[in-house]
Amino acid sequence: MADILPLRIENLSYRVGEQLLLSDITIDFEPGPISVIMGHNGAGKSLLLKLCHGLIAPSSGSVSWNGLSPAKALHAQAMVFQRPVVLRRSVLANVEYPLKLKHISRPDRQTRAMAALEKTGLSDIANRQAPLLSGGEQQKLAIARAWALSPQVLFLDEPTASLDPRSTAEVEGLIRTIHGSGTKIIMTSHQDAQVKRLADEVIFLHEGRIVETGPAQDVLAAPKSAEARAYLAGELPV
Amino acid sequence: MNEIYTGLAQAFELIIAFDADLYEIISLSLRVSLTAVAIAAFIGLPLGAALAVGSFRGRTGVIVALNTLMGLPPVVVGLIVYLMLSRAGPFGVLGLLFTPKAMIIAQTILITPIIAAFSRQIIADLWVQYREQLLSFGATPWQRTTTLLWDGRLQLLTAVMAGFGRAIAEVGAVMIVGGNIEHVTRVLTTAIALETSKGDLAMALGLGLVLIFLSLSITAVVSIVSLSQEN
Repeated sequence: MADILPLRIENLSYRVGEQLLLSDITIDFEPGPISVIMGHNGAGKSLLLKLCHGLIAPSSGSVSWNGLSPAKALHAQAMVFQRPVVLRRSVLANVEYPLKLKHISRPDRQTRAMAALEKTGLSDIANRQAPLLSGGEQQKLAIARAWALSPQVLFLDEPTASLDPRSTAEVEGLIRTIHGSGTKIIMTSHQDAQVKRLADEVIFLHEGRIVETGPAQDVLAAPKSAEARAYLAGELPV
Repeated sequence: MNEIYTGLAQAFELIIAFDADLYEIISLSLRVSLTAVAIAAFIGLPLGAALAVGSFRGRTGVIVALNTLMGLPPVVVGLIVYLMLSRAGPFGVLGLLFTPKAMIIAQTILITPIIAAFSRQIIADLWVQYREQLLSFGATPWQRTTTLLWDGRLQLLTAVMAGFGRAIAEVGAVMIVGGNIEHVTRVLTTAIALETSKGDLAMALGLGLVLIFLSLSITAVVSIVSLSQEN
């Protein structure tokens, strides 16, 4: 599979009726750093992630993957949602499912699925029914399922938003490991502490616009924009 | 009251003695209704899924029509199928009137809308949950549909059972298109109607008990299977 990065977003806008939810988004995602899109709830973070992943079509502007067609680029991407979607089948069958869609042979997909479950610490419960797992386990399963696809880019939408601290730590550990294995991570978060722990670069979104981007340390320590300063100081948007 | 007890006693005797006529009627009833259910499920499940997932012109119209057709009166369906299959009708040449096949056709028409409408609702609810994830996996429309049908299988089974319940219990349609001919098209419901009007309450009660037993036991088996799958 050809390299799908860089991901280039140009003049992207998204509107629903009269309401402009994202406007004038222009940004490049290069291979390498963990990119975290941060901002208040409702700033448009999840929406931007879904537009990048191709789940929604922009109202105007473009999303381009190193000159590849969206369908081709999609094959090298995976996404983990805020609320994990688990299929009504066993844990192992859940991980095998997207591999099956891609017509990977049964022995191959079993090997890859089991390897992903090993790495996420879920191999002991491979035969349990996925809908019966706890929230943390379901999120880890969603990550294992995405990981088994060996994506070049992994999108994570607030992956720890509804998890307890222990599961959060485990999920963050997995994100680091996946990143370490060469996968580009693009995620959203509205927890400053998490951004501090994980992010290499930060994209700060405010009311549907990018107001600041830069290395995580710089943006977090000395934000240039008034919006990011207010956000990091814990002020609520007026 | 006495008559009822005598009737019940005779009914049990018929059942236990493996009365040939009785078992012929039971087997035809099951054959007709199960075949109708199988055909209706074959049409109704994919149709329901397509309506839930697809977007095409006239979709709303089809959904409204299906929901309305769920309440089709069996006698009217019987009458329409009768007109279609009668010698003067468009399918008269097939010679299907007063055969079990005609009864299967009538029951299929009666229950396909039920299965399709229930499946559409079940699949639509599941699609809301799965949509983004399946799109993210790059699932083709066919893969999406089969996944939704498979993951919704337990609830869909309930939809199919609702269809079976209606098919096995209806009398109006099969009476008209089958004609209640002994050894040919006599099923449980038409036999009960006939025996009651003849005054043979023992036979009528026996048949009634069998009908209740059949529909309860099949529903019970399906419920047990789906409950055991849930846990």
